Amino acid sequence: MTEKKRKIAAILACCMTVSLLPAFSMRAEASGNGEEDKGREVTLRVSNWEEYIDLGGWDEEETIELDSGDVIGERSMIEDFKEWYYETYGIRVKVEYSTFGTNEDLYNMLTLGDTFDLVCPSEYMIMKLMTEDRLLPLSEEFFHTSDKNNYYINGVSPYIQSVFENSEIDGKKWSDYAAGYMWGITGIVYNPEMVSGEEASSWKILSDPAFHRQITIKDNVRDSYFAAVGAIKSDLLTSEEFLNSPDYLQNLEREMNDTAPEIISKVQEYLQDVKDNCYSFESDSGKADMITGKVAANYQWSGDAVYTMDQADEDDFTLAFAVPEESTNIYFDGWVMLKNGIGEDAAKQHAAEAFINFNSRADNVIRNMYYIGYTSVISGGDDSRIFEYADWCYGAEDGEEAVTDYDLGYFFSDGEEDGKYIISAPADQAYRQLFAQYPTEEVISRSSIMACFDEEQTKAINQMWINVRCYNIHDMPGWVRVFAIAAVCVAAGIGIWRKKHSFYR
Amino acid sequence: MNSFKFSRKVLGIPYAVFLLVFVAAPLAVLLYFAFTNGQGQFTAENLTGFFTDPNTLGTLFYSFGIAVVTTAVCLLLAYPAAYILASGRWKAKSVLIMLFIIPMWINFSLRITALKEILTWLEGNLAYHPFLNTVIGMTYDFLPFMILPIYTAISRLDGALLEAARDLGAGEAQAFLKVTLPLSVPGIISGVSMVFLPAMTNYVVLDMLYNSTYIMGSLIGSYFAAYNWHGGSMIALILLAIICLFTLFTSGMEEENVRGGTLL
Repeated sequence: MTEKKRKIAAILACCMTVSLLPAFSMRAEASGNGEEDKGREVTLRVSNWEEYIDLGGWDEEETIELDSGDVIGERSMIEDFKEWYYETYGIRVKVEYSTFGTNEDLYNMLTLGDTFDLVCPSEYMIMKLMTEDRLLPLSEEFFHTSDKNNYYINGVSPYIQSVFENSEIDGKKWSDYAAGYMWGITGIVYNPEMVSGEEASSWKILSDPAFHRQITIKDNVRDSYFAAVGAIKSDLLTSEEFLNSPDYLQNLEREMNDTAPEIISKVQEYLQDVKDNCYSFESDSGKADMITGKVAANYQWSGDAVYTMDQADEDDFTLAFAVPEESTNIYFDGWVMLKNGIGEDAAKQHAAEAFINFNSRADNVIRNMYYIGYTSVISGGDDSRIFEYADWCYGAEDGEEAVTDYDLGYFFSDGEEDGKYIISAPADQAYRQLFAQYPTEEVISRSSIMACFDEEQTKAINQMWINVRCYNIHDMPGWVRVFAIAAVCVAAGIGIWRKKHSFYR
Repeated sequence: MNSFKFSRKVLGIPYAVFLLVFVAAPLAVLLYFAFTNGQGQFTAENLTGFFTDPNTLGTLFYSFGIAVVTTAVCLLLAYPAAYILASGRWKAKSVLIMLFIIPMWINFSLRITALKEILTWLEGNLAYHPFLNTVIGMTYDFLPFMILPIYTAISRLDGALLEAARDLGAGEAQAFLKVTLPLSVPGIISGVSMVFLPAMTNYVVLDMLYNSTYIMGSLIGSYFAAYNWHGGSMIALILLAIICLFTLFTSGMEEENVRGGTLL
């Protein structure tokens, strides 16, 4: 070994030792605390959507400067929760945080043996889990408004709370089992240079030959089904008679959740047309393709729509958002506790509910909303910071000319001080980010919740979807058949010939 | 102390455990799901269902079509390339080989994303040619897997054989057809099996290049998303069976050629 090499080796060895030191010291620290709070550590297994919570690491300049103070995500929400929980309740909590890709993935994980304590599926999956009796109801203490640490019940939007209280399945109220997290609607992000707002305001745009191969659609059976039903029943849903009927909301929900066999077959026909007309069904590329201008419109969830428009703005490319007139699918993602995870463990349940509450604290709500782009179900209650944040995001600058008053009273207020929650925003925000983030009351009034279909309905709809997406062998042209049979014969022939005439045998 | 002997058998234990946990156990689970229904009873319905449903059969054919065309295109592109590389008349040979290998070091989805942009630039709207784009994407992705084995097979070829052929009066073309080509068949076969099978199931390429028709991989995914693990497992099993048949068929051919090669 030369002198130089020896030196390098020595330096490397030093580096390795040094890098190990923090690990040792951390271990020492951990064991020290372990003695102190023996048996007082709770493990919480949380599963959430990917990219659906603030993971921290913001730049200094990303600080959200509100009148009532700055908000910045320095560390991940999970780390902050652990610290807050220890400071508030004196109990150490260990969070095992994992993510899932779709509601169905989560359900499969739960069914095939994964155990979680707290998960965040969409409303229909929550209902499915409720009917299967897998959920633990939220505790009574969770709803005590007197406890200031109960940020959820003290901050949840009155509108959302009324939806959760009035929605039932099997006679069980959503609000007893689920605490909302994010919500949104479905609609169309479009490029105003190619599509008019009016055209984008109907589900029929998906099959419109004027936009042949220019629209992408979510690769998702439920979303596609909803859009197709809206398009098929468009005339009925937009007729004066239907809109003015006294039971409009119930009728709307019934029509949009129609799973009669003839409707399913009509949906199949319609979606087959859509498949031949659209750019593609996309699972991830829709946002990017909208921003790069590959497509003229994209069927999107409102939270992703906000993200798409934000990104496009950075490239000085203007996109807009429209909500189809027929109806929009309003959806909620909520926290639910699982029976087989928490069981009888009161400490665990307390930690789980505290996790919900911590994520419902106004500053944390703002961090999450800023980080993921979706809209929280929390309006803040007495804490005005969330409305301030909306105003900070979308309020017009002083001296801006075209300004519109955008009323968010339905979401932020319980009806007493409606006038207080009006954002004076640039006029185009009425059909752009603000509109997607907080739809108008008018849009909400013609929204419907998509039901949790029972096993038979789900099966029929999934089969319909497979029929749409698969290549049907009956569609195979004659020449391909002849060619395929010929190819098989030739291959078999070669095989046999080689066996018989093998030169070297 | 002497009771424990560090023998060969002991060395084999980790592999046995690995095989058991990661190969045998999943296969058993797959078999179980494929031949049971929702109530856990034995049934062959999943199997018969696959061969009577026009959608699953259509998907099988569609995947087959993509795989056959992709493999053929890969072979047509790869053989001349491998031949030129191996024939050794190039000084910058190693550079050329690197050029074919380097794409394999770049993340696959990144490459397809880049390809997507290039194709958009060439074609305009990608949605008009989903099949063509899929074949281009798969070819781009799998070409190195075809070139390398053929290159290896040709470059290992004993030059004396070619000299002998020339001595005995064979022309350049004849020598190629009678000597080089037959002796490179093992390379072709391993190349084909490395391209054909993934091409049947790699639905990410279809997804990224806007082909909305299902192939075998995406069909399994859709069954799983519909909580139908039984149907999905059966499709996976059928794919496995196809792969087994394919391997048996090609290994039979390979053996013959190897024997032929040694005798020659």
